[in-house]
Amino acid sequence: MSQQAAQSILKKAESLRWEIGHNFQDDLMEAVYTDAARIAERAVASSDETPRFDLDRTIDRLVTSRVWGFPIMLLLLTAVFWITISGANVPSAMLADLLIEGAHPVLKGLADSIGMPWWLKGLLIDGMYLATAWVVSVMLPPMAIFFPLFTLLEDFGYLPRVAFNLDNFFKRAGAHGKQALSLAMGFGCNAAGVISTRIIDSPRERLIAIITNNFSLCNGRWPTQILVATLFIGALAPPYLAGILSALSVVAIAVLGVLLSFLVSWGLSRTVLKGEVSAFTLELPPYRPPRILSTIYTSLIDRTIFVLWRAVVFALPAGALIWLISNIHIGSQSLAVWIMGFLNPMGLLLGLNGVILLAYIVAIPANEIVIPTILMLTVLTFGMAGMGEGPGVMFEKTDAVALSIFQEGGWTLLTAVNLMLFSLIHNPCSTTIYTIYKETGSVKWTTVASLLPVAMGLAVTFLVAQVWRLAAG
Amino acid sequence: MSQLSQDQALSDACRSCPAHHAANLRKLGVDMQDWDYVIALAGNPNTGKSTVFNALTGLRQHTGNWPGKTVTRAEGGFEYARHRYKIVDLPGTYSLLSTSYDEEIARNFILFGQPDVTVIVADATRLERNLNLVLQVLEITSRAVLCLNLMDEAKRHQLTVDDRRLARDLGIPVVPTSARYRQGLDSLLQAIDEVAAGKTACKPHRISSGSARLHKAIASLARQLQGAYPGLPNVRWIALRLLDGDERIIEALQKGELKELVLGQQLPSQSNVIRMEAAQ
Repeated sequence: MSQQAAQSILKKAESLRWEIGHNFQDDLMEAVYTDAARIAERAVASSDETPRFDLDRTIDRLVTSRVWGFPIMLLLLTAVFWITISGANVPSAMLADLLIEGAHPVLKGLADSIGMPWWLKGLLIDGMYLATAWVVSVMLPPMAIFFPLFTLLEDFGYLPRVAFNLDNFFKRAGAHGKQALSLAMGFGCNAAGVISTRIIDSPRERLIAIITNNFSLCNGRWPTQILVATLFIGALAPPYLAGILSALSVVAIAVLGVLLSFLVSWGLSRTVLKGEVSAFTLELPPYRPPRILSTIYTSLIDRTIFVLWRAVVFALPAGALIWLISNIHIGSQSLAVWIMGFLNPMGLLLGLNGVILLAYIVAIPANEIVIPTILMLTVLTFGMAGMGEGPGVMFEKTDAVALSIFQEGGWTLLTAVNLMLFSLIHNPCSTTIYTIYKETGSVKWTTVASLLPVAMGLAVTFLVAQVWRLAAG
Repeated sequence: MSQLSQDQALSDACRSCPAHHAANLRKLGVDMQDWDYVIALAGNPNTGKSTVFNALTGLRQHTGNWPGKTVTRAEGGFEYARHRYKIVDLPGTYSLLSTSYDEEIARNFILFGQPDVTVIVADATRLERNLNLVLQVLEITSRAVLCLNLMDEAKRHQLTVDDRRLARDLGIPVVPTSARYRQGLDSLLQAIDEVAAGKTACKPHRISSGSARLHKAIASLARQLQGAYPGLPNVRWIALRLLDGDERIIEALQKGELKELVLGQQLPSQSNVIRMEAAQ
């Protein structure tokens, strides 16, 4: 019966469709608009005296102006980083004191007193605990400053203005203007950025937004950028300018990321993802006075703690892995030394070194742990006495110690610059890769999104290294 | 003894008084066991749906001042007037006819999740545009409350909105609020509760403009659908999609899977969210 009924319904729909004409959807919308206008007109009254000074309009004219829009954007970004960099140093050192110099020996003593076997003690305390303590002390302070600042800007209504400013560039790159919003979300977390591409209707443009989201420097990579910039770039300037110079160099990397986003979008939309740019309306919401306390609370709970927890979850097994590869010996050398030796020639070709490449392999699950891993592996390879407490131990860090470790490892300004570049341009972390797979449902596009940035990163660092060495003679 | 019964009588009277309820909103966070009513929060982007959601549930779903912030639906619970509510925060949408994925989530839930009450959050400063969505929602559900949010902004822009007039024209309760400052939420809860419990009967506005032929076509197709599939929700909308030549619905009809297609999008549970995502 139901099959027959279904057929007759379809037939009826078919004939009705002829009757009402195919523009009925437009007619319907017009009817909705007419009614809405009538009802609204009856209900809303606005006072006749228009205020002489409209604050929202004035701000908008300024932040979306052709002349001032971009400088204001860069200024705000620099200010946010400068506050983050100069504010995070002291609490970072305090946390390192507490968790590493303070708690680590106590835990070791405790393990000794209950007669824990050396390998278990090493794995748990020198591997997993120290990795975690490291991640917390390096990441928590910058995040606790950066996220609330970013959220305040967001709450105020600045993000859509950024999208407005960038829209033209995205259009020229053959991408969707709303990609600016997912790009901005990516600055917090690429996985979140990939999910936020759902606001883009066209599958083609959404795919472009997903693939290029990785070029938004995410929070897992900020600490790497900030630390390396502080140690190597900041050191080029007199102390009173060091903070601002480091902040500027991080901004430069972030801006480079945005430029790469345009470039790759442009490339994709002209080759494998050809198509029309779809039009859209972007609403510029009214500025709202940010509610500072509740914003700080929400961003601490939602973002800082959330991201930190994720980092901790990844640091635990990574710490164990690092301890294992530096304590399992094959022949005369530990596994870690073998791998580093193998990777080193390629690393040097890229202006990096074997340690950094191995650290990136260990850190595929989460970018957050790259710097701790590099420091630990460097100490291990160059066998610095008094640094750390035996193989596989992530030791206490102060900037000075970190710098001396880097220098012992043969680091130069080129290594630092290329590390910053490679940290920007490499594969997304495992969470992001998984999210890309979930959102696209396609192994092919997930692979492209994962491998394209690595290939680009290798190419860029290689070129920079060659040019740098030529220029340096 | 008499003292006790007097107390009893007093507290009964108190319990049925709205003032008592307002003071006794229990935010249940993610605890959504055994709910009595399901509420959907719909509205244009950036009108403060998530802020209303947070104020009612005590959850702290991230809110942001930009359109498109909520791309999946969030669920939470609260208890009011001795009823347990489950509330679903939907992505913002300008229209029920649009095609982007986040807007489809919102649309499918309002259409097929069959919420007991659909709360439409509207921006009081941009009423005309917001009403476009309100009218579309009222085409497909008759149990709705309009939350006229951002009244503080309206005041700042020296706009006055006649909420009673609006309520009369739309045929549903209209509650002015400033959710950011937690103003008007008591009245909102009360209105929701009355609609959910059937104490307030809505007579929603139906589109009157437009060609009579179209209205007749929708009505007759809807009648036939209702006859063939008794109990099918929102036949008017399905009729409209059929007239528009929606491939998915035509295919489902041919295969005899229309009910499955519709009901498959219905269950407002977390597992369903994942299923919907996987199906895309």
